[in-house]
Amino acid sequence: MSSTGSQPMHTPAALIAFAWTLVGVPLLYGLYQTVKTASSLFTG
Amino acid sequence: MAVPSFLARERTVARPGFNRWLIPPAALAVHLCIGQAYATSVYKAALVKHFDASLTSIGIIFSIAIVMLGLSAAVFGTWVDRNGPRAAMFTAACFWSAGFLVGSLGIATGQLWLVYLGYGVIGGIGLGIGYISPVSTLIKWFPDRPGLATGMAIMGFGGGALIASPLSRQLMDLYDPAYDPADKASVPAGSAVALLFVTLGLVYLVFMLFGAFIVRVPADDWKPAGFDPSAVKSKALVTRDNVSAANAIRTPQFWLLWVVLFCNVTAGIGILEQAAPMIQDFFRDGTTSAVAATAAAGFVGLLSLFNMGGRFAWSTTSDYIGRKPIYMVYLGGGIVLYLILATLGSTATWIFVLTAAIIISFYGGGFSTAPAYLRDLFGTYQVGAIHGRLLTAWSAAGVAGPLIVNTVLDSRGTPGELVAGDYRPALFIMVGLLAVGFVSNLLITPVADKWHEPSSDAVRTTERSAA
Repeated sequence: MSSTGSQPMHTPAALIAFAWTLVGVPLLYGLYQTVKTASSLFTG
Repeated sequence: MAVPSFLARERTVARPGFNRWLIPPAALAVHLCIGQAYATSVYKAALVKHFDASLTSIGIIFSIAIVMLGLSAAVFGTWVDRNGPRAAMFTAACFWSAGFLVGSLGIATGQLWLVYLGYGVIGGIGLGIGYISPVSTLIKWFPDRPGLATGMAIMGFGGGALIASPLSRQLMDLYDPAYDPADKASVPAGSAVALLFVTLGLVYLVFMLFGAFIVRVPADDWKPAGFDPSAVKSKALVTRDNVSAANAIRTPQFWLLWVVLFCNVTAGIGILEQAAPMIQDFFRDGTTSAVAATAAAGFVGLLSLFNMGGRFAWSTTSDYIGRKPIYMVYLGGGIVLYLILATLGSTATWIFVLTAAIIISFYGGGFSTAPAYLRDLFGTYQVGAIHGRLLTAWSAAGVAGPLIVNTVLDSRGTPGELVAGDYRPALFIMVGLLAVGFVSNLLITPVADKWHEPSSDAVRTTERSAA
């Protein structure tokens, strides 16, 4: 995926979706776990 | 120092039509990994037991890493700007991963110095380079929304700890069947921490390399569709000129912003460091607290969420109200909130929790808005290098914040017997610090013309020849 030169390019939407999913899934996992822990402030 | 051709800056220049929304996940891929630095408390007790060492001896591992973060960001900032984000993110990935692997060797062989060298020194260098490289790249891709851009990346640093804490517990549970993460008294074996380090080192390497290979820099003449740079210029304090890193540190604006960041971070760390015992002490009656240990852990989790959320929300807000006004909110609002905490914090749990949470959101916002402030004052030319030099304020605050709070608390009594009143001197010191930061922010004016690079064209020529 060389990016040199000035030929126009199109960034595949699938690549953008994949990249966001790759960082989004762990982030959602971390958020879920932290919200679960934080909820003990109100219940514990 | 030359880099291999596949990492060279010119190989990463995006062609017309490239979608800039591929850059935030590239930045997050790095920041979500290096944000693990805030999750070291998960295995702290295990290392104390494994090495038969004091808490201080183990705490030094984190301190070395943060000091190395500031130093490496300052020292390698110019190299990062010259060689581009791919080389920088690749290098950061290698150092961060190698830090874990060397640290793992230290744990497995019982050599604490190897953990200092690995996670602290080698990993710390990865932290510094990894922290600044995607930030300056995002600023260049989002000239219309620099606050949003830096907020997205630096939010990832806060998010990294949210991921690493529960993930580390689950992995140590896997590697040591005798360890029970639900039992607060249970401590994992050293071998489980060693295996955890190996796992994290390899997973982080893959993740960060993914970010390195999808990252691009915009062409010199690129600008977002519909973006009018002259509209940016019309805002107060925002320049279209450029200042080199060497000249930036000779301006009063840089040092005023250094003081602003130092004061904001010191005040925030004061609460973050003591969060769990602090909420219990504020509601202590004799030897028992109205806040249970599990609820205190929940409070720490809540602060983590506000820390991360503040990084994104406040920095994005700064695009609309300006960088100087948002720091007036962080510092002026912080003064009011610290005063409420000191005087009314022990009257109701919700007052304590709410004020502390907003203070921590300001702490996070202060981190993520700083590079956008630098871009406003000094331009984009060497903003990564200037950001690196500014991060020494973080290193200094990382020492000063805990020192202030611990010194005050040590003079007031013993842990487990402290009450709200014992925290007041420390909280009032933080109010004073925030006042100093507030005045420093007020004194920031546009950078004098004499520090500007000769012309934008000349800057671009220099950038190209350097690459």
